[in-house]
Amino acid sequence: MSDVNARSMIVDILGGIAPEGDFATLSGDEDLREVLNLDSMDFMNFIVALHERTGIDIPEADYPKLRTLDGAIAYLAR
Amino acid sequence: MSGSAPVTYREACRQALRDALLSDSKTFLMGEDIGRYGGCYAVTKGLIDEFGEERVRDTPLSESAYVGAGIGAALVGMRPIVEIMTVNFSLLALDQIVNNAATIPHMSGGQFAVPLVIRIATGGGRRVAAQHSHSLEGWYAHIPGLRILAPAVLEDARYMLAAALADPNPVLIFEHVMLYNIEGALDPAVTGVDIDHAKVRRQGSDVSLIAYGNGLIKALAAAETLAGDGISAEVIDLRVLRPLDTVTILASVAKTRRCVIVDEGWKSGSLSAEIGMRIAEEGFFDLDAPLRRVCGREVPMPYAAHLEDAALPQPADIAAAARGLVRPA
Amino acid sequence: MPALGADMEAGTLVEWLIKPGDKVKRGDVVAVVETQKGAIEVETFNEGIVSELVVPIGTKVPVGSLIARIGAPGEIAPERPVAAVPQPVPQPRPTPLPAAPPRPGRADVRITPAARRRASELGIDPATLSGTGVDGAVSIADVEAAARRPAAPTAPAAPLRRIGFNAAEMRKAIATAMGRSKREIPHYYLSQTIDLGAALAWLTAFNDAQPVPNRLLPAVILLKATALALREVPQLNGTYVDGEFRPGPGIHIGWAISLRGGGLVAPAILDADMRPLTELMAMMRDLVQRARAGGLRSSELGSATVTITSLGDRGAETVFGIIYPPQVALIGFGGIAVRPWVVDGRVEPRPLVTVSLAGDHRASDGHVGGLLLNAIERLLQEPEKL
Repeated sequence: MSDVNARSMIVDILGGIAPEGDFATLSGDEDLREVLNLDSMDFMNFIVALHERTGIDIPEADYPKLRTLDGAIAYLAR
Repeated sequence: MSGSAPVTYREACRQALRDALLSDSKTFLMGEDIGRYGGCYAVTKGLIDEFGEERVRDTPLSESAYVGAGIGAALVGMRPIVEIMTVNFSLLALDQIVNNAATIPHMSGGQFAVPLVIRIATGGGRRVAAQHSHSLEGWYAHIPGLRILAPAVLEDARYMLAAALADPNPVLIFEHVMLYNIEGALDPAVTGVDIDHAKVRRQGSDVSLIAYGNGLIKALAAAETLAGDGISAEVIDLRVLRPLDTVTILASVAKTRRCVIVDEGWKSGSLSAEIGMRIAEEGFFDLDAPLRRVCGREVPMPYAAHLEDAALPQPADIAAAARGLVRPA
Repeated sequence: MPALGADMEAGTLVEWLIKPGDKVKRGDVVAVVETQKGAIEVETFNEGIVSELVVPIGTKVPVGSLIARIGAPGEIAPERPVAAVPQPVPQPRPTPLPAAPPRPGRADVRITPAARRRASELGIDPATLSGTGVDGAVSIADVEAAARRPAAPTAPAAPLRRIGFNAAEMRKAIATAMGRSKREIPHYYLSQTIDLGAALAWLTAFNDAQPVPNRLLPAVILLKATALALREVPQLNGTYVDGEFRPGPGIHIGWAISLRGGGLVAPAILDADMRPLTELMAMMRDLVQRARAGGLRSSELGSATVTITSLGDRGAETVFGIIYPPQVALIGFGGIAVRPWVVDGRVEPRPLVTVSLAGDHRASDGHVGGLLLNAIERLLQEPEKL
């Protein structure tokens, strides 16, 4: 998946979870949980949505790699 | 004798009568216009020429008198077969049938048998209006001591009479007037029928249609229509209206779980009500849909053709009732 | 107008989901009511035919007011409402009812005799089925179709509603409830630090074997352990009403959910002690989603017998909670953090959580509270039994 597509998909998912988030100014290395105030349930829903849209199986041990926008894009590009 | 040549229901009845007259000298026929005229529905036509006035007896227009005479003859060992032109007229003999024929074997402690057979034409459809067209056999089915038969197929028309004559109790045979002209072949392998059981005339799995007499013909037509819609209807011919063969009825309903009862008689207090209630009593937990009935309209039978058709159960009514149970909207 | 929590005094009717002539049964959502907690879907406890909607849309009425009339099956609607509406509203003429079809037997579920027997054989509750048989009855085909369907982990998601939420109103509701709690309830507080090493190891192993959507969060383990501990210490599960403690009819856990616009709600997870972890997890996800979207149901509010708040992985270490009246206890879990811990005489890094209890001293004493925390700790050491 191209980075552009991955980014737009991630933002779309996060927009459903944190509709008030300011995604225009979101930088790639910020912890999404901090910036968007995601609790563990929100973060889990984010992972589930990524899985459902891409079919990629994401082991729990990899969750920390998905905490930033850049990290998530890189993960999906693998 | 009968072979496989086509016969009508009327001819099957006549063959049965002829057989009875040939096989037992104690048998004789009695009724209004059955001799020289050949019977109101021409069932006995020609028998007087073969068997004479002694054994094919024209009676005065008094049902009470000649049915009473039949009971007396039976009591002394004869095997009378009495014909009543139509079930409406049989009411004139109701006292003889209900108070005497049905009770004497019981009240005599079994000392007297009443091996009487009464043939009665019944039913509507011949445009003969409200005094000749009703279906009152359900009333007679109410009476303990009587056996009530309703032959709807050639085989029963041909062979029920012999079984009825063999019964020491009074037996009433109701011949639906619309059946007399039905034509078909008799199976030469069949030489007798029982008068105890209902019969499955068509196998099916989605809904049971319970009928008798001309209602059977209409139920079979409805089943054919339903088959075109992919609905498999089982058709039960009651044959014996008293005593009712509850076992066959319940077995069918247990299989299909849905039931439409067809009765040309009026719905209120009818035989269809009795059948429905027995299913409710003994087959309740097998039901997967409410019971339904298709009965005659509760009016004296109209004379006009379109009104008479509207007053009688028709195949389309039966099919609609069944469809409503199997595929509710 | 149902009371959707002890602190609710009035509600505004924002949407009717029924109309006169409709057939309703227990549990059907009939209306949406705007409260200080946002828009709540109101369910009916009755079965019958709707004969009249008494309260027009947009009207605010006190708790306990008549809002609609549901006739027993076959019942004819009275000419006028019996109970008065407390504020003047236009009285629409009752709409003539379509004749209610006669119903055999008890009117709880319309089901054919054969289908009832089949449902019993298959262990299916006919009340959960919708009928496609004659007159809408549940037929054998409906029962067997239900038996073929795999059990859904969650109820189908309710249509999301975003109407009715007002942060200022919710703030007011929290102020009312918490103010009352601090005024009336003499709280006592206990806390205990628990080693979650075993629980998290088990969880990791469990999750490794599960596809992404089926994985569990630590919160569900904490919730289940608490629910089971409350079985052992029932004195903390219930309400304090009219000067006495009333044990809860089941262990109905109010799960505190913080809302993005500010504020929080604690909808109930009924009989939490009897549900497997995977089911609890699915229910929690569903509740969080609906709480935030404004789609909670009336049966989920006001029925909790105890409340749990879990601060999650980025939360503070310890929470000193305020009891939600008329409940008698609030159990709080702080964030899970790796800290030094003594294991077999040696200091080791372990994942720890601090559990706290706010108890109502009118209903129980600290000793009982200690028993609860001990039970939670013990249960969390054997996560495979949860």
